[in-house]
Amino acid sequence: MSNFEKSTWNTKVGLAQMLKGGVIMDVVTVEQAKIAEESGAVAVMALERVPADIRKQGGVARMSDPELIIRIKEAVSIPVMAKARIGHFVEAQILEALGIDYVDESEVLTPADEEYHINKHDFKIPFVCGCRNLGEALRRIGEGAAMIRTKGEAGTGNVVEAVRHQRAVSSDLRRIKSLGKEELMTAAKELQAPYELIVQINETGKLPVVNFAAGGIATPADAALMMQLGSEGVFVGSGIFKSGDPMKRAKAIVQAVTHFRNPQIIAEVSKNLGEAMVGIEISQIPTDQVLAQRGW
Amino acid sequence: MALEMYTKNSNSPKIGVLALQGAFIEHLKMLTELGASVQEVRLPEEIAGLDGLIIPGGESTTIGKLMILYNLVEPIKEMVASGRPVWGTCAGMILLAKDIGGLNQPLIGVMDIKVKRNAFGSQLDSFETDIAIPVLGEKPFRGVFIRAPYIEEVGPQAEELARLSGESGRLAPQGNSTNPAVIVAARQDNLLATAFHPELTGDSRFHRFFLKMVEEGAKD
Repeated sequence: MSNFEKSTWNTKVGLAQMLKGGVIMDVVTVEQAKIAEESGAVAVMALERVPADIRKQGGVARMSDPELIIRIKEAVSIPVMAKARIGHFVEAQILEALGIDYVDESEVLTPADEEYHINKHDFKIPFVCGCRNLGEALRRIGEGAAMIRTKGEAGTGNVVEAVRHQRAVSSDLRRIKSLGKEELMTAAKELQAPYELIVQINETGKLPVVNFAAGGIATPADAALMMQLGSEGVFVGSGIFKSGDPMKRAKAIVQAVTHFRNPQIIAEVSKNLGEAMVGIEISQIPTDQVLAQRGW
Repeated sequence: MALEMYTKNSNSPKIGVLALQGAFIEHLKMLTELGASVQEVRLPEEIAGLDGLIIPGGESTTIGKLMILYNLVEPIKEMVASGRPVWGTCAGMILLAKDIGGLNQPLIGVMDIKVKRNAFGSQLDSFETDIAIPVLGEKPFRGVFIRAPYIEEVGPQAEELARLSGESGRLAPQGNSTNPAVIVAARQDNLLATAFHPELTGDSRFHRFFLKMVEEGAKD
């Protein structure tokens, strides 16, 4: 028996399939990583600062200290992800060398290249990338992303952008599925997306990789909303550890994602969660500080 | 062909797939294509009337905690005791095992196997390989291993169904150095366990094998 192969497309997409129906939590310390695992997170995103603090403090946001990432990796048994700047393929090489499980090429960090994203096919480690619409999702998949997340607007505690992006993706998926074969090349041109992927969606009606929601999810109801809108799981960044009782809120969000169609359970887990993170109205954010517009 | 496989028939069995977290949709799809009727299981009352249950891949810690929280462990144990087949893939195999080397996480703990979690390493060590599985016939089965566990020991009550050898066997860093082969599938009466993910392939032989176990269980 042979044909032994490591880091295949199947194993890259496959890990994301195993994360479905789960919550991936941003953590900045070993203690937070342990709380995340204890609360039922399917993975942690190891960071130096959560998006809310990056937004507040400003400056250039970069890949986290490898020492911190390694300590978090050693502290938990669940998968560990970490962020590289858009286009910063050396940060991605470093994260691959650390032996973590997924790289997020993320708009939450300051982009390193204003023209090109990382060629993710070059890597053994799988990548997740953000999108605001189907075209952006398919361009990232074309570059080798094995998982997609809608961007939302990170660090705001405001779910409105996540909803906008998920609705945009779902609506375009339905539209592409309904098209005739002769319409597909024009659709690819309009969406600025690879033609082969448009053909595939025309047949399946689905993205070829797993799609999570991210950016602004702060409550169990927010998480269940994204699931009902068609997300296959959620990333929660600042929403957990910027709240009054992180463990309780984390557990509640995990349960709301599992039972996303069961309002009785979501009501039950939403009781007495303490203070949610303070949200930001999107229109109050200066245009140049809107993170979702980073990447193209 | 070592064992006759399930073929579609009119008495379609009702198979539950534990849907707390993980790759349950892939199992549901394959079962539906094979003619079974399916049920997503998130609450104890959804176990009633099932002929068989699959515990899918996902994060075993997450699934285990949710099983405790929603009182699913006892009903699943009762299902096993009643003789109805239960199959765990990857995380599901971990949850079925009696022994996972002392790790502190919730388990169903009904199968006489000792399982090692994340046994091959991180995602960079995830792999695919062809495996010989005698009960499925001569054609090798494509095993997809994702941050996979393996079976360190099969106890006297269980039997080995497949093992990795050669290059993929040596991959297991904590494998026994005198015998690099590691066990990746096992059966114990109505229990079935695989370290890999048949639901991520186009090959339905393992699902048909399970449905055959369900059908044979129903005859007794």
